[in-house]
Amino acid sequence: MTATAPTITPQSPDPHASLRRKPRLGERLTELALRTVALTSIAAIVLILAFIAREALPVFAGGTVGESGTSFDLLASERLADGTEQFLWRPVSQPPTYNIVPLVVGSLKVTLVALFIAAPLGIAAAIYVSELAGKKQRELIKPTIELLAGVPSVVIGFFALIVLTTWVQQVFGTEHRLNALTAGIGLALAVCPVIFTISEDALQAVPHTYRTAALALGSDRVQMIVRVVVPAALPGILASLVLGFGRAIGETMIVLLASGNAAIVSGSVGVSTRTITATIAQELGEVVVGSDHYHVLFALGTVLFASTFVLNFAGERVIHGLRKKLGTA
Amino acid sequence: MRSQALELRRAPRARAPGLLLLWATGAATGIILLVLAVLLLDIIAGGAGVISWEFIFANPRRGMTEGGIFPAIFGTVALTLLMTVAAVPAGVATAVFLTEYAPADSKLARAIRVCIANLAGVPSIVFGLFGLGFFVSTVGRGIDRALYGGEIVYGTPSLVWASLTLAILTLPVVVVATEEALRAVPREIRDASMALGATKLQTVIKVVLPEAMGGVLTGTILAISRGAGEVAPIMFTGVAYFLPYLPRHFNDQFMSLSYHVYVLATQSPNVDKTKPVLYGTVLTLLTLTFLLNLLAVVLRARTRAKVRASE
Amino acid sequence: MLTRRSLLFTAAFALLCHCTQSSPTTNEGISGRANKGKLTIKGSDTMVILGQRWAEAYAKVDTLAVVQVNGGGTGTGIAALINGSTDICQASRSMSDKEREELLAKRGVPAVETTVALDALAVFVNDKNPLQEISLPALARLYTGEVSDWQQVGGPTHGVVLYGRENSSGTHGYFKERVLGGKDFAASTQTLAGTSAVANAVNGDEFGIGYGGIAYLEGIRALRIRKDDASPAVAPSLASVQDGSYPVGRFLYFYTAGDPSSDIKRFIDWVQGPDGQKVIGDVGYYPLPKGRRL
Repeated sequence: MTATAPTITPQSPDPHASLRRKPRLGERLTELALRTVALTSIAAIVLILAFIAREALPVFAGGTVGESGTSFDLLASERLADGTEQFLWRPVSQPPTYNIVPLVVGSLKVTLVALFIAAPLGIAAAIYVSELAGKKQRELIKPTIELLAGVPSVVIGFFALIVLTTWVQQVFGTEHRLNALTAGIGLALAVCPVIFTISEDALQAVPHTYRTAALALGSDRVQMIVRVVVPAALPGILASLVLGFGRAIGETMIVLLASGNAAIVSGSVGVSTRTITATIAQELGEVVVGSDHYHVLFALGTVLFASTFVLNFAGERVIHGLRKKLGTA
Repeated sequence: MRSQALELRRAPRARAPGLLLLWATGAATGIILLVLAVLLLDIIAGGAGVISWEFIFANPRRGMTEGGIFPAIFGTVALTLLMTVAAVPAGVATAVFLTEYAPADSKLARAIRVCIANLAGVPSIVFGLFGLGFFVSTVGRGIDRALYGGEIVYGTPSLVWASLTLAILTLPVVVVATEEALRAVPREIRDASMALGATKLQTVIKVVLPEAMGGVLTGTILAISRGAGEVAPIMFTGVAYFLPYLPRHFNDQFMSLSYHVYVLATQSPNVDKTKPVLYGTVLTLLTLTFLLNLLAVVLRARTRAKVRASE
Repeated sequence: MLTRRSLLFTAAFALLCHCTQSSPTTNEGISGRANKGKLTIKGSDTMVILGQRWAEAYAKVDTLAVVQVNGGGTGTGIAALINGSTDICQASRSMSDKEREELLAKRGVPAVETTVALDALAVFVNDKNPLQEISLPALARLYTGEVSDWQQVGGPTHGVVLYGRENSSGTHGYFKERVLGGKDFAASTQTLAGTSAVANAVNGDEFGIGYGGIAYLEGIRALRIRKDDASPAVAPSLASVQDGSYPVGRFLYFYTAGDPSSDIKRFIDWVQGPDGQKVIGDVGYYPLPKGRRL
């Protein structure tokens, strides 16, 4: 134990000021060490961004020509003989065409399907658990749904591939067996707990006084929930959607297994589709380090990283603002 | 707050519109629970019959159609163990720094928090890209050139790189859980310790951290559960389809439960014959992650109860 | 507490030292190995089951050898060979000139090709599809998207659902070259990882069509193929592939960077020997015809 005896200064604004006078060397070193380790998290994310962007640089720097005369114009479309425009992702063609449009369409399609299903379900369930369920029900249901969050995505993908495909084909009569709808449902399973948890937190964070005030002014439970609590929690609920979107668009295994991976541009959800994530996963193994294809895949990764970064940033800001605004209950 | 909310719940019976809301939201909850149940039941039904001592402890035989999945289980354990060794100390140190040492609203603290939040949102395949391009090709090859004269020892997908990739992926989980637990430790305890003459370091190590152990454990368990289930980050950084040996060195490859599920679902030599093995593997993986998550939930509930009791 | 901690540190340090050794299972001390002390095989998903069975069987013959197998597609194996992260690349198509040049440029040695097995590239449809045979030109028309209805090739009236393999697949590459004549697949072709995924998909899709190595087709009916509209339709079998009458039979290859070193060569020789070839039959592919050992 230290030899520095604390002096008691009654109105000192910093009660530990006396101790701060002589920090020992060990203390300073520890703080330095901890600070350095804490910086690794910043280092990690900066490194990831820097490294992936660096490998993608040949593609983004002026969109010029690669080693085999490949065009790096990721948005260039091909004009077919009959005059129609086609967006083609053909890395093994001669010459290769790397059009990102079918992949972006694919990613957006499955994500929107997933959100379309998961958002109403997740938010409604959050309302139920937060406002309407009894204590016992709440303590059972909440962890159970959060358990769904613990299911590995490869297991959900497996479930989608083995069970959902047949079911979807029978119920919806889709054109393809492996399609955006099946993959979207699988994604919804993965994203639902995210939306549920954050929405439920947002609803719980609405100050108690809001509820009592509404009731005191004569509204019944429904009006209180629908007109007061939910709108108050809206920023958090929206944030949950944003984060759910980010999670869905970044998901790999489910779409790899269940979406059919055909790089076509189509508005229908019953046809097969390919996402950015599945493309990277399928093709990363076959690239020679430093080749054109390698750079393009890293470019895809950069696009993906940038979009999820922006989405998550926005989501976190909203949650942060929400927490500050509503403070403690 | 919670007991007051309960009072509200005993308020007058809801009228018809109330019933509609109740039923609509209840149905939504029910649908989610139903799908979860279907998923679990299907996997249990398909896999329960396959699980046996032999399944867990034997090697795969005859093209994965027979035998067991022991190498995959061993690989997952080795992987998550290394990942924990890398992630937990770093995560705990970061959390300790954020709560105990950094001034409340300093730019550094905020920057670190932003980065942690963003790390949590990075898609898993991007980690795979990073792991391959950075750890394997750059750091690994660099080590080879420096220490082994160009011979490829570490510049190839291996256990250590996959573990490090997963460690970065799960770092946010550990940091958040630990921070939560550290914040739950009442300020008075820290003050009391300081008042008795302890230094900050001694306070943190001997007083605060032990109190927050529950949260650290929760974070560790959640991290392990997450790491055991990921495929995309390890696909190119070290996992293998079939190995006749168990990984014993840092630069060995390994098999993994999660990758085994993927491989059996897409590349199995005979779909009907390997379906039981596939289901068994899925059940094993699911049981593992579920047990871990359950443990974490229980721990977290106990920590929160302790906090409430001390308030 | 202090003694326990120091013990822990010493133990951890010792563990660290032990763990960084590369396992000395061969006496070769060869440089340029993908993973010292082990024989690394990467590549074709078609052949990955073969590779795994060979590894299993070879372990009984040479107890010191450690053979590790990975799939990912022929393209992955070739890339790994060029990158230096595999010793043997399994390939279900031959390396292109461009790839050979790249290997020579990056590793300074030429690619050495060894045929190890035969395979019939089977084309299959769902049981409910009445189609029994198809000609190569018709198949090409289907897969390039020129024709999109089953009726146009003699099947029921319905759109065709095309299933195929991903870009890195040698099967994909072989099919593209041999059947499509180098033309691109229709964009609507669904790309699945592994022939069994393709087989699975076609099994569940009444109007699907797929292709892949014959070993994955236990229980699935393969179409008879005619070389062109005038030739007879031939079903895939050991005999028809070995004598060349099946139009889309192919060799399965091992590629190494330069001449294989002695322990790798031992393995390859064993694969081409009677024991190795017997494994091929068990797995479902076709062994090399007697006397053909390139």
